[in-house]
Amino acid sequence: MHDFGYHRPTTLADAAAALESAEDGKLMAGGQTMIPTLKQRLAQPSDIVDLGAVEALTGIREEGGALAIGAMTTHAEVAASDLVKARIPALANLAGGIGDPQVRHRGTIGGSIANNDPAADYPAGCVGLGATIHTGKRQIAADDFFTGLFETALEENEIVTAVSFPLPGQAAYAKFPNPASRYAIVGVMVAQTGDSVRVAVTGAGPCVFRDRAIEAALSSNFSASAVGTSSADESALNSDIHASAEYRKHLIGVMAKRAVAAAGG
Amino acid sequence: MPDGSVGQAVKRREDRRFLTGKGRYVDDIHRPGELTAVFVRSPHAHATVKSVHIDAAMASPGVIDVFVGADMEQDSIGSLPCGWTVTDRHGEPHKSPPHFPLVRDKARYVGDHIAVVLAETLEQARDGAELVEVDYDELPANVEIVKAVGGPPLHEEAPDNLCYDWVLGDEAAVDEAFAKAHHITKLDLVNNRLIPNPMEPRAAIAEYDGGLDSYTLWSTSQNPHLLRLILSAFVTGIPETKLRIIAPDIGGGFGSKIYCYAEETVCLWASKRVGRPVRWTSDRSESFLADAHGRDHVTHVELAMNETGEFIGLKVATRANMGAYLSSFASSIPTYFYATLLAGQYRTPAIFCNVKAVFTNTAPVDAYRGAGRSEATYPLERIVEVAARELGMDPAEIRRKNFIRPDQFPYNTPVALTYDIGNYEASLDEAMRMINYRGFSGRKAESQARGKLRGIGFSAYIEACGIAPSSVVGSLGAGVGMWETAQVRFNATGTVSVLTGSHAHGQGHETTFSQIVSDTLGVPMENVEIVHGDTGQIPMAMGTYGSRSLAVGGSAIMRACGKIIDKGKKIAAHLLEASVEDIEFKDGNFTVAGTDRSKSMAEVAFTAYVPHNYPEDLEPGLDETAFYDPLNFTYPAGTHICEVEIDPETGVTEILDWVAVDDFGKVINPLIVEGQVHGGVAQGVGQAMLEHGIYDSGSGQLLTGSYMDYCMPRADDLPSFKVGMIETACAHNPLGVKGCGEVGAIAAPPALINAITDALGIMHLEMPATPEKVWRLAQTAAAE
Repeated sequence: MHDFGYHRPTTLADAAAALESAEDGKLMAGGQTMIPTLKQRLAQPSDIVDLGAVEALTGIREEGGALAIGAMTTHAEVAASDLVKARIPALANLAGGIGDPQVRHRGTIGGSIANNDPAADYPAGCVGLGATIHTGKRQIAADDFFTGLFETALEENEIVTAVSFPLPGQAAYAKFPNPASRYAIVGVMVAQTGDSVRVAVTGAGPCVFRDRAIEAALSSNFSASAVGTSSADESALNSDIHASAEYRKHLIGVMAKRAVAAAGG
Repeated sequence: MPDGSVGQAVKRREDRRFLTGKGRYVDDIHRPGELTAVFVRSPHAHATVKSVHIDAAMASPGVIDVFVGADMEQDSIGSLPCGWTVTDRHGEPHKSPPHFPLVRDKARYVGDHIAVVLAETLEQARDGAELVEVDYDELPANVEIVKAVGGPPLHEEAPDNLCYDWVLGDEAAVDEAFAKAHHITKLDLVNNRLIPNPMEPRAAIAEYDGGLDSYTLWSTSQNPHLLRLILSAFVTGIPETKLRIIAPDIGGGFGSKIYCYAEETVCLWASKRVGRPVRWTSDRSESFLADAHGRDHVTHVELAMNETGEFIGLKVATRANMGAYLSSFASSIPTYFYATLLAGQYRTPAIFCNVKAVFTNTAPVDAYRGAGRSEATYPLERIVEVAARELGMDPAEIRRKNFIRPDQFPYNTPVALTYDIGNYEASLDEAMRMINYRGFSGRKAESQARGKLRGIGFSAYIEACGIAPSSVVGSLGAGVGMWETAQVRFNATGTVSVLTGSHAHGQGHETTFSQIVSDTLGVPMENVEIVHGDTGQIPMAMGTYGSRSLAVGGSAIMRACGKIIDKGKKIAAHLLEASVEDIEFKDGNFTVAGTDRSKSMAEVAFTAYVPHNYPEDLEPGLDETAFYDPLNFTYPAGTHICEVEIDPETGVTEILDWVAVDDFGKVINPLIVEGQVHGGVAQGVGQAMLEHGIYDSGSGQLLTGSYMDYCMPRADDLPSFKVGMIETACAHNPLGVKGCGEVGAIAAPPALINAITDALGIMHLEMPATPEKVWRLAQTAAAE
């Protein structure tokens, strides 16, 4: 990797200051995308601001009918949390299926959503569960947060501090993994809360999206047999050596069905 | 029976150091003053190198030197040779264009070697490499076998990109058989390109000693002596006396570490040029680009049968990808390690095979676990399966009907081999019993009730290994002999050093060979040390590939042990005041026949080195060297049966059961053998379902250049294997052993594709059977 300045602040204010003063600074959470990118010399930041020592970004709390998960909480911590398992088991399952044990013990929820990899699991978790993303400056609805391929609503030097998930009625996540990378070829989070059903799809397109046709079908009948087919525009879906757009579109329906079945519908 | 006895499942002695991080690999070794090499590689599949500008790189901090092809040419460094000359159907030698370690005129595949940067540290060398400016003139490229002939020419020496057009077998006899056939089955298939991916990437450290004018090269080689021979005789001109090659602990090879590569050659040469040790360790991306790949065939096969389903003729036409250059043994793999295996376990009387080998703008292709024999077993076991379906025969019965029978050995095939021994029906019967073949229809119905598609697939394979009789391979074009060496050296206190020419890179030789020596000489295993991988210590040797270590290397050890016993008898006879003829050796003791007077092996060894009371006409010492040149290949064979269940909704195939019944002859260590079967089958499953080296047909870029896209098999892709064995001892080596390292990778692909096509009710699908392919076929099957 190229040389860079390394900062390990302990407070959010210091982290923000380090970032502000850097010529081309980058935040590092768990580093599971950042480190390989640096090692392959695909990025050349002037400074890395490591958030690993910022106490304020840790912890999982229940408050006001929602779970608030600190941005630096690892996937393994979410997967193993009794609180998450009790309140939103779908989220614990999702986190427990990310990458491999090494990745799950380093990678964090904040890092994952700020990176917004098109095949990452958490974007589907956030949008499907109707989460709110907290930053040092504001709160952003998950629907508005993920804006495109590796793009988010985060402004320059804006730091994700936590994600809060409202407690759903029933929810489940079903993933069809890429056999090589084990990222999602298609991952679907289905959540029903009251009359509202949300169906969020990752892996299939350039960015997480809600499948409105399946949501509508499930709103009137929350059962696996009601899922039907995806309304996604096939021409806008990903197509590569692992899966064509047609196959991905088909898998959205299958994974949605399996998620609904797992959610008890 | 002592713990180390032959036939016992002794745990691997070497695993303590491997599992506790105490292994010593090439990259663990550091030499004072060493520089690190980084290669500048071609980003283009085919391009003329107009000029290389190194000034900016030379000025970069820590960079000591930058070299290009012309620098090596100046020092008369030659081309990396292909060590096996195939004679084509017109009697002409194959086309063997030069393969310079750093290119001299143009780049011929993505990853080809343009320049090398030497710097004080790895990061500085990388910085320097980024500053080397290369002016390319891009040329049209081709990566596809079927478009090679008549495509953009890679080499002046082969303007049509044809390396050879080769035949084996009696074409007229085959035509005659087809003319009178009752039924002919035809099949087109592709043997997908694989990228070997040993856990440890290739590495090299070269050090030149100006005082002695000699070199030491630490290399991740499966065969350090063979590498030395190639580098000395063909590439550098450094005499063998001035070149020591050490291959220490090596983390897997699978064939990819047999060859003489550009990188180690450059390090060796540069170490003298700059007067400092030069190290290089491949990163994983480089492994994908520049390790020799495997397989990559396109084949048309036809099988002719009579009214009863007996095979009367087999016709095979294959196009094989050599890649951009001929790797060390590339030419022999789709010929003498391929077409010679097309008889399989069957009595097919007439076989004809034509192979056209072509150059493409891809990484060189050479032997990879199962080499050639895997490529032969696949079309054969596939077409047998398709023939059974077309004729409405049971897949087991069509095989049984055509098997070579036990009373027909030794059996001469129509494709140049003589099988010494086997019992194919025994392994088929045992495999069918173990998988409960009779219960399959019930299990299939049960799957169907759950909306799943269940299939069963057979593979009755044979392989030729324990390579190979030198006179045979010599007559077929090999540039080397394929014997092996062993030195058994007793020390004065009764411990034994065994120097073997075989090289372990995962096989467990330290355990298996120790068992043999312990058993044969009656010394405890802990007193036996196995030394390998150093041309400075071990007599000239040939190394490990083609499942030869035990059958050839082990036989050499047995022969050396025999010499030790013969000499020991003379010493014991003298000590016991008896005649040599009356001395019997058993369980480590030399005994005067019919008495209780005896001397132990340790006493005899001590006497040999402290010869105060010693036969007058006998040399001191107990240290014997033997060479063993096999009389024939060995022929492991068996039947694998697997059962799969397909989810038609997603196309996901789950392997539910896998039975492997193999005949390896005598088994020295069943634990190690079973592990070899597991690993081989895992690689075969990888080929059949997961792995595929894909180049973009337009740009020639490697699309599967990392683990994000190249899918290795993992534990959760595999079932718990059931391994059975039958034993017919090899008839021509002293151990009665056959070799086990490659059979899994040979047997598994057709078994799995046969099972998947059975589940789908179709004749064929190409490997790898990915979920999308299977899903599409399942949709079609459901619609019909």
